[in-house]
Amino acid sequence: MSVEIKNLSHTYSEGSPFEFKALKDINITIEDGSFIGIIGHTGSGKSTLIQHLNGLLTPTSGTVLVDGKDIFATKKSDMILLRHHIGLVFQYPEHQLFEETVQKDVAFGPKNQGLSDQEVDQRVRQSIKMVGLDFEEVKDKSPFELSGGQMRRVAIAGVLAMEPSVLILDEPTAGLDPRGREEILAQIKSLHTQKKITVILVSHSMEDIGKMVDKILVMNEGEVVFFDTPNRVFTEITTLESIGLAVPEVTYLMRRLKEKYPEIREDIFTVEAAKKEILKVIRG
Amino acid sequence: MTKESNNRMIDVRDVHFTYPHNNENEAVVALDGVSLHIEKGEFVGIIGHNGSGKSTLSKLLNAIIFPTQGDVIVSGLNTKDQENLWTIRQTAGMVFQNPDNQLVATIVEEDVAFGPENLGVPPLEIRERVDRALAIVEMQAYAHQKPHQLSGGQKQRIAIAGILAMEPECIIFDEPTAMLDPSGRREVMETIKRLNRDKEMTVIHITHFMEEIVDADRIIVLDKGKVVMEGEPRSIFRQVKRLKEIGLDVPQMTELAYELRNEGMKMSDDILSIEEMVNALCQ
Repeated sequence: MSVEIKNLSHTYSEGSPFEFKALKDINITIEDGSFIGIIGHTGSGKSTLIQHLNGLLTPTSGTVLVDGKDIFATKKSDMILLRHHIGLVFQYPEHQLFEETVQKDVAFGPKNQGLSDQEVDQRVRQSIKMVGLDFEEVKDKSPFELSGGQMRRVAIAGVLAMEPSVLILDEPTAGLDPRGREEILAQIKSLHTQKKITVILVSHSMEDIGKMVDKILVMNEGEVVFFDTPNRVFTEITTLESIGLAVPEVTYLMRRLKEKYPEIREDIFTVEAAKKEILKVIRG
Repeated sequence: MTKESNNRMIDVRDVHFTYPHNNENEAVVALDGVSLHIEKGEFVGIIGHNGSGKSTLSKLLNAIIFPTQGDVIVSGLNTKDQENLWTIRQTAGMVFQNPDNQLVATIVEEDVAFGPENLGVPPLEIRERVDRALAIVEMQAYAHQKPHQLSGGQKQRIAIAGILAMEPECIIFDEPTAMLDPSGRREVMETIKRLNRDKEMTVIHITHFMEEIVDADRIIVLDKGKVVMEGEPRSIFRQVKRLKEIGLDVPQMTELAYELRNEGMKMSDDILSIEEMVNALCQ
């Protein structure tokens, strides 16, 4: 599904002394099947933006079109149906686990979608497998006796079980150890390639964003600063730093190396790519 | 009294810790014979994957939980003795992952005053301590603001000020940057390093971000409830393969150096920073 954000503005507590313009006239189009990263410092408007995409917040002005349909012009009942297509995984989603067993917890969403028991069961099995857990092993366990990384996966499985066409993840790897981070990201990536769903990833890790996405949306003070490929965005080091962001460590390295090796490329943001470029230019 | 040096901040002696049981009535062994010590003024990084025992260890140091077997000695006091409890918690302060769960008051300076108030510090002295603590974390200008209006990094610095106002000898940071954006992470790390360098505060820093501890005095690696590696950052991070085997990372520059060496480039195996990598490649 494509997501088109049109002239979207959002003001909290409008007309009160606490009035705060969180989003100012945002215009972007996220194409069907693309993988988008959103970066911006705390308070830049990232969370406010994603909460509009499935109708959790209503715009002060402007709107969001999903597959050409205005999600705020439709009837409330239609909007609820629409939300089934847009899965939102919040920060620390494991805090939202509540059922007695993993199986029941993951089944909660599809059950509410009114699917048959058989269909629900099938989706639960599928989505638990998709996040890399063994269904038989975890199904009867309480979600609360799992490790942090496993709980996070169960929570993501709960959203996947609703089979969204657009998956939005807000900092899915915060607080996980390096292996846990890598595994979750790898599963998100393979979900994206296998199921061809649109993925929107909010992250503070420039390394993860650089590795995963087609395009990066950079937000600052409620406005879009850049919406472009990682190659283009990560070469804007000065602008990114001035709004409290950074580029991956290897990108800083390449910039330093350029002083001695003018031919070396700067648009490098993974260790793998840096290795290749250094071997090519410096070892020759 | 044993003749241990006066410089010892924390002594963990053959500590075992078992969580009573989970839903299936199995006991979970979180720490399995851990011995370590931390000297006054040291900056020690602790790494390990989720479930390796890091958080259990930090809770033991702060006397929130107690060893099933073995002893935890903080500044010469055994956490087992009930009467030591408050002194220990005041000696070893703790800063957690989520800043929003640690701030209690509606005004920044009241929040910082909360700890010393509970310790029964006289009002005039509380005033001095709060001002001093806010100055150390460079947040004086925000003394009268509401905590919820601050950024994540600023909130975390207020949480640190709240601990400082209790005048501890040692602070345990349990993944204090996990929820912060890059600038927030930088602010908090600069504050922590400054506390150690300028105020000679003993710092125990638990983290998943390897870059944050490249200039620690010492790193302790936990795996499956045991100390599996211990030493200076350089000697730890050069063991790239071993760290990866237990699910950990190395700093990006160390990883790059490792990859380049595997391709046959001549390069030292203990590179930690961009500066060192630039020097290695631009000789």
